[in-house]
Amino acid sequence: MLRVRDLRVSFGGPGGRFAALDGISFEVARGEALALIGESGSGKSTVALSLLRLLPEDAHASGSVELLGEDLLELSEASMSRVRGSSIAMVFHDPLAAMNPVLRIGTQIAEGLRAHGHADRATATAAAIELLRTVGLAKDAARRYPHELSGGMRQRALIAAALACGPSLLVADEPTSALDAVTQRHVAALLQKVRRERGIGLVLATHDLELAAELCDRIAVLYAGRIVERGALSDVFSRPRHPYTAGLLRSLPPPLGDPPARLVPVPGSPPPAWARPSGCAFRDRCSRALPDCASAAPELIGSGGREVACFHPVEAA
Amino acid sequence: MTVPLLELERVSVDRGGTRVLDGVSLSIQPGEMLGLVGESGSGKSTLARAALRLVEPTSGAVRWRGRDLLAFTPRELRATRRKMQIVFQDPATSLDPRMTVAASVAEPFEVHRLGAPAERADRVARLLRRVELGPELLHRYPHELSGGQAQRVALARALATDPALLVADEALSALDVSLRAQMANLLLDLRAEAGIACLLVSHDLRLVASICDRIAVLAGGAVVHLGPASRIATDAHHPAALALLAAARHN
Repeated sequence: MLRVRDLRVSFGGPGGRFAALDGISFEVARGEALALIGESGSGKSTVALSLLRLLPEDAHASGSVELLGEDLLELSEASMSRVRGSSIAMVFHDPLAAMNPVLRIGTQIAEGLRAHGHADRATATAAAIELLRTVGLAKDAARRYPHELSGGMRQRALIAAALACGPSLLVADEPTSALDAVTQRHVAALLQKVRRERGIGLVLATHDLELAAELCDRIAVLYAGRIVERGALSDVFSRPRHPYTAGLLRSLPPPLGDPPARLVPVPGSPPPAWARPSGCAFRDRCSRALPDCASAAPELIGSGGREVACFHPVEAA
Repeated sequence: MTVPLLELERVSVDRGGTRVLDGVSLSIQPGEMLGLVGESGSGKSTLARAALRLVEPTSGAVRWRGRDLLAFTPRELRATRRKMQIVFQDPATSLDPRMTVAASVAEPFEVHRLGAPAERADRVARLLRRVELGPELLHRYPHELSGGQAQRVALARALATDPALLVADEALSALDVSLRAQMANLLLDLRAEAGIACLLVSHDLRLVASICDRIAVLAGGAVVHLGPASRIATDAHHPAALALLAAARHN
């Protein structure tokens, strides 16, 4: 359904242009959920925004983003507006910033429906209330303004808006990171439910490994604008092969009940997009790095849907 | 039992006619790591602020090393504030965007008139090293820092006055997995090296349980569970604590 080929995105900076994405390729089948895992600066949000062509003006994107056989990067702005919402929709991490503060929730959702020519005002309003019910909000939420709802309710409303025109693919960028732990679970369960019921595909950009495990079938780990590991989520999490993936998993706090202890983070921090090292961008932080890691950026290689971009991967046990 | 560093006794806080904190009693010992967890709206942040007298309790007592903090003169309060520092969730809003890292970290020395001006540059450099930041960041502005770096600068600023208590109000929540683990270790190191107690406010029970000695669960403005972190999974019975446990156990 979605086929991204060699996506490269660059931005203008004070020191000249720099590449945020350095050749990203992946596919999402109908109804499938793919997690793009990465830390701040890895490029995961840039991928998410590229899929809807919502990048800032100064961004250059090349490669292709084919959705249902149509290359979105080639579409006119008018055609892209038609695609947004009806074929592909986005759930942002900050629903307050993603909503119009002076419009009632119901009006915002109905507006989306009408913009795509789906309904007259009365039908659209009724459909908006029905959508709010689907995401677990009472009818009176339609009459509220965004600031009158809790964070969890706002995120539900944003999901309702994203579903309004029946998209076949949802793109979610850290959809639960602004919520508390208990509300996170509720919103994750809701995303899972609507996705299953409607057979919607999902691209989830997040740094939350547990959220990815809950929602996704497959995973692509991003580091410094490239995919460094990819495969079935359960396989990657149980047997990570890229040292970075292994390090991220080790950074998680231990299960409840273990005695207090120091955590085991990956040393250092990711390089900013404008100062990425040559060769393997992870080598400065990597305990397995050898001199050849500086020679070139390793290609993503593998078989059976399991790939890793590393000259010295962790051996499969 | 030693005199607690900080003690709240039946503290209530009303805001706009609503009781947001309802008769909370809680104490933190010198060098203790105390986790404070709860859902949004449970009163965690209000409790953290009431403990530092950043909001005035409607009733109840707050004691600092056994003395009534609410009866302190402004002068005493200022001297005590040096010893109790807070780091917030979003460093972008707690650091002054017009001040360099060096100026930001040096500001507490000026405010509290600590050390000779000539020594300050040296102390700032030491503080940056303490939070594992390089000297190349000294002349950067907040917008030139990553989120993780900015949070470390906020921590360095908090450490400038040599505090006995650090309140981390969701200070680790916005960080990526690996940076969060690095910061959690840094809090453990500060306790081990300087005996700094920490009130770690978070909605992430698993993180809190992994580095704290005790955990308090807050719901509806009241403490509904208090006990050793290592036993939370077996000891907690209140529905709010069980909901947090279920969220933390999920995977």
